[in-house]
Amino acid sequence: MHDLFTTHNVLQNRRRFLQSTGMGLGTTALGALLGGDGKPATTPHHPPRARRVIFLFMAGAPSQLDLFDYKPGLSKRFREPLPPSIQGGQRVTAMTRGRTQLVAPSMFGFHRSSVSGVYWSDLLPHLSNVSDKICLVRSLHTNAINHDPGKTYFCTGSEIPGKPSIGAWLSYGLGAMNRDLPDFVVLTSAYWTGGKRNVQGLYSRLWSSGFLPGRHQGTAFQVAGDPVIFLSNPAGIDRTIRRRMLDATAELNAQHHAEIGDPEIRTTIAQQEMAFRMQAAVPELVDLQSEPTEVLDLYGPEVHKPGSFARNCLLARRMIERDVRFVQLFHRGWDHHSILPKQLPGQAYDVDQPSAALIIDLARRGLLDDTLVVFAGEFGRTVYGQGRLERDDYGRDHHPRCFSGWLAGGGIQGGIAYGQTDDFSYNIVDQPVAVRDVHATMLHLLGLDHERLVFPFQGLDQRLTGVEERAHVVQGILGQA
Amino acid sequence: MSRPTRHTAGALVALLIIAPLTSQEGADRASAHWAFTAPVAATPPTTQNTNWPRSAIDRFVQAALEADGLQPNPAADRRTLVRRLSLDLTGLPPSRDEVRAFLADDSEDAYERLVDRLLASPHYGEHMARYWLDLVRFSDTNGIHHDHYREQSPYRDWVIRAFRDNLPYDEFVTDQIAGDVHPKPTKDQLIASGFHRLHLIIDVGTALPEESLARNVIDRTTAFGTAFLGLTVGCAVCHDHKYDPITQRDFFALSAFFNNLDGAPETGRRGTGDFRRGLQPPYVEFPDAGQKAELERLETELDAANAQVKWLTTKAKGAGGAEQQRFDERRQSAQARVKQLRKQRDAIRVAVPAAMVMRERAAMRPAHILRRGDYANPGERVERATPAFLPKLTRGDGPPTRLHLARWLLAPDHPLTARVAVNRFWQQLFGRGLVLTAEDFGTQGSDPSHPRLLDHLALTFIDSGWDVKALMKALVMSATYRQSSHATPAAYAADPDNRRLARGSRFRLDAEVVRDQVLAASGVLVREMFGRSVKPPQPAGLWKAVALPDSLPRIFRADTGDQILRRSIYTFWKRGLPPPQLTILDAPTREFCVARRERTNTPLQALLLLNETEYLRAARHLARAILRNAASSERERAEHLFETVTSQLPNSEELHVLQRTLADLREHYANRSELANEMVRGLELDADETKVELAAWTALASTVFNLDITKTRQ
Repeated sequence: MHDLFTTHNVLQNRRRFLQSTGMGLGTTALGALLGGDGKPATTPHHPPRARRVIFLFMAGAPSQLDLFDYKPGLSKRFREPLPPSIQGGQRVTAMTRGRTQLVAPSMFGFHRSSVSGVYWSDLLPHLSNVSDKICLVRSLHTNAINHDPGKTYFCTGSEIPGKPSIGAWLSYGLGAMNRDLPDFVVLTSAYWTGGKRNVQGLYSRLWSSGFLPGRHQGTAFQVAGDPVIFLSNPAGIDRTIRRRMLDATAELNAQHHAEIGDPEIRTTIAQQEMAFRMQAAVPELVDLQSEPTEVLDLYGPEVHKPGSFARNCLLARRMIERDVRFVQLFHRGWDHHSILPKQLPGQAYDVDQPSAALIIDLARRGLLDDTLVVFAGEFGRTVYGQGRLERDDYGRDHHPRCFSGWLAGGGIQGGIAYGQTDDFSYNIVDQPVAVRDVHATMLHLLGLDHERLVFPFQGLDQRLTGVEERAHVVQGILGQA
Repeated sequence: MSRPTRHTAGALVALLIIAPLTSQEGADRASAHWAFTAPVAATPPTTQNTNWPRSAIDRFVQAALEADGLQPNPAADRRTLVRRLSLDLTGLPPSRDEVRAFLADDSEDAYERLVDRLLASPHYGEHMARYWLDLVRFSDTNGIHHDHYREQSPYRDWVIRAFRDNLPYDEFVTDQIAGDVHPKPTKDQLIASGFHRLHLIIDVGTALPEESLARNVIDRTTAFGTAFLGLTVGCAVCHDHKYDPITQRDFFALSAFFNNLDGAPETGRRGTGDFRRGLQPPYVEFPDAGQKAELERLETELDAANAQVKWLTTKAKGAGGAEQQRFDERRQSAQARVKQLRKQRDAIRVAVPAAMVMRERAAMRPAHILRRGDYANPGERVERATPAFLPKLTRGDGPPTRLHLARWLLAPDHPLTARVAVNRFWQQLFGRGLVLTAEDFGTQGSDPSHPRLLDHLALTFIDSGWDVKALMKALVMSATYRQSSHATPAAYAADPDNRRLARGSRFRLDAEVVRDQVLAASGVLVREMFGRSVKPPQPAGLWKAVALPDSLPRIFRADTGDQILRRSIYTFWKRGLPPPQLTILDAPTREFCVARRERTNTPLQALLLLNETEYLRAARHLARAILRNAASSERERAEHLFETVTSQLPNSEELHVLQRTLADLREHYANRSELANEMVRGLELDADETKVELAAWTALASTVFNLDITKTRQ
């Protein structure tokens, strides 16, 4: 069934896309691109290094100074004013404008990882232990200084709402890999061990399809009730009844198609059938009974609680196994404007063991080679303190000029740190990586040239990396092919 | 009329760097683009087939078809037409009685009288308003950060009334742009100026106020461009527009009309009365007579109580000992009285309808070109002006006002205003605009499929005094509109968007119409109009998963009773997570202006229509009504069901499928009595009702609601 997903629009846009990439339009290739036939999707630009992505998004902006970017020299500069040469007239938020900027050294220890030789915070022991598989990037930077635009920018390539998210672009560009589940799934944590105080809002635009057809939008799984909204049959309808109803609609729809001639009717039939398959596939997906204790233990004790980041990591692995293209996790609670030392350890606890387990689990199953894992927030945090400033009590404001994140798996060079900041983790001094460069690199690893993955809208050939400033694939973090 | 070929963005950037546009080249490009020159009157062409055309519209369409060697389709059958008209003009399906009345009316003007009746329906106003609300990104929350409640319903109600009462489009536009600038603005004109308050707005204390101000002004200006000019002026925020002759200076000169709001650029502080009401100055209040009297009484009492507190305080100060104590005690009780009166007053004020409006500051805020669109990097100062490539702005002695801007927009020789408007109305009725890109009439937008027809409609619209109902009537009276949508698969494949108009358009109903139809056809729709937005049930936990701990509101609490059965235009719209029943069917988030919705067909849509519990409850209501109906045979009941939902009578094959399915369902429910129990839970059955029968008919009704022809306008 080549027409499984084909509304004409999708076809037309995809034709344009294929033309712009210089590809022919063989029926088989088109069918594969449109997905739904179970075949691997075609990669149009170059051979991919990764086929799937797990994006662990740390909403609220984790402090690079306390987690990733070791600055031992700061300890002796406690409460010293930030040198103007470093500050450089940087704009600040409304919260710290006009205040003096005094250095707040991290109170947390760092250690050199025995498997990679890279410095990691003592708050992240599990990640440190798998850091031979991780590329830690310390030189990320962004334009946004507030959460909402920052998150919107990282997730969609633009601070202004209305652009498609990364997962939507991949769904559009590469099509579906499976017949029973969505291409793009979103999982949000329901609680944070670091407490609620530093939690920021989310918006469905962070996983929206923007100007792309709506079928590319992320499907947000729910913690309670149906994992996918409206998945379950309502009371009074069981699977036999549902099948019988769908047989009737299919038969009548087919009759109507014969009379009317509109191919859209056949799409409706196909989508109703996929809905029926999803009703079986999704409960199977979220049922963890088949997971051995050993695997559950790997993810840590929180995995037993619905809505935990740990549970979502395990679910992400199960989705990747079932060929969901893009899984995005949102973990909030990183906005540590005050009492950071009290609340950061809980946050680190939430993500450290589960994300390390995810890497181990994927690797054991042979999935890490072609699954890209990305971990990042929307920006970093300032070296100068905000609020109360003691050695063991401080907060940090938003900092777009430099922050840290990491990548692992499909096509990434493990065991390295990339990029360097100054002694204050304030400015980047070597190998800067813009957020749009991360986007370009992600697409590159999936076999797509970010300048050729385009969609015509508002008179522009729109792309994830925007048209304003040029994005670059970060060659230095790629592994040997 | 040639247009530049599409370049990839990268190539064009390179091109522009090598050869920046001179102003002369810009002007040349402007004059060469069809949409930047005034519409030209054209005599409708003569056609070979003179029988088919009913109006000028049809002659334009027919001539184009003949040039392509095509013929129009015959008219659709009357059942299809009454359904099409009803859905297109009111967003609601015709009742079975309405269908039958139309079929029975064999008078010459039966169709026209049907059209007139639907245009006169209050539901026409609601349906027309819904498209406009997409265009101006209407919502019930501020859309950023906490995504707090924001009270905008008076604006929504005004839009509904404006369409219902057929406010001429020029006044409709003028009042939104400049309602507050009129010498003596009416209540409605003030509410209309709330158009400028619909943008996203960030919470106080997060961003810097000057950044927020810039962002709001850019948002307002962009909305003006999309809604009235059909141009992507927002592309000129950071640099001169890459394709259209809009310079960055043009953008910021235009933005100077919108940068002088006499109000804060960020939401108010929490804890205030305004905050709880979702209001922020400037706003106007409309208490009813009772509220007004009560408020006046309380204010008077408050004044008195306050005066008493003051007097007692002075007395207490001047006294000593026991006397002082006595004064203090009396003061305390007077203060308690003040507190209580305030509470009473606030309780009433919360319920007083109020609308946020536009109002100018006395001293004009200067406008600057923002270099690279950066608020922190203001460049040259600019005065209020309209883009140079469009007609000249007529102004008075002082700085031009928004009223001058509105008059400029509505001048008969303006090349965009009327074309952009009629194209959107056309798009509503035909699924696609004559210009496919309803949001972009610039050089990168699509060319009109029928340019002379578009101009004819634009000029007729202006000549009619911008009469929207007259335009809608002319469109639906045409033979072009009345065509059948049946065609060969080859014809569908050859022209999937129906741009040649050789058949009637067939497209999925918009999200709101899908929901409203389920409620209306089932007989449960509550037709109450206007008022604050309501919350029909949605799956639990959706808001909680995205909200901040102190967002207002944070927890979704569904309404009950009649409120959950009202039309979707009254559904509460949280921008951070809009109602899923609507977004799953391609409703936009209302975070930015949308002139044209996508139409997709997805498994999540199938799940929604199959499993939404309120929809099944509605189907059960319909099943029950059909079973109670005096109609005797099963066949008649099946016909009744099919006709109620689809407006068509089932043919023998369809009847066969329905009856066979019913038999299967009945058998299954008979074997699984607990399933039938679940289906009828909460109902008190009459003596002659059986659970199995009601369950089977409910499932059958739901089946018919899930047909492609049910969710499709054809």
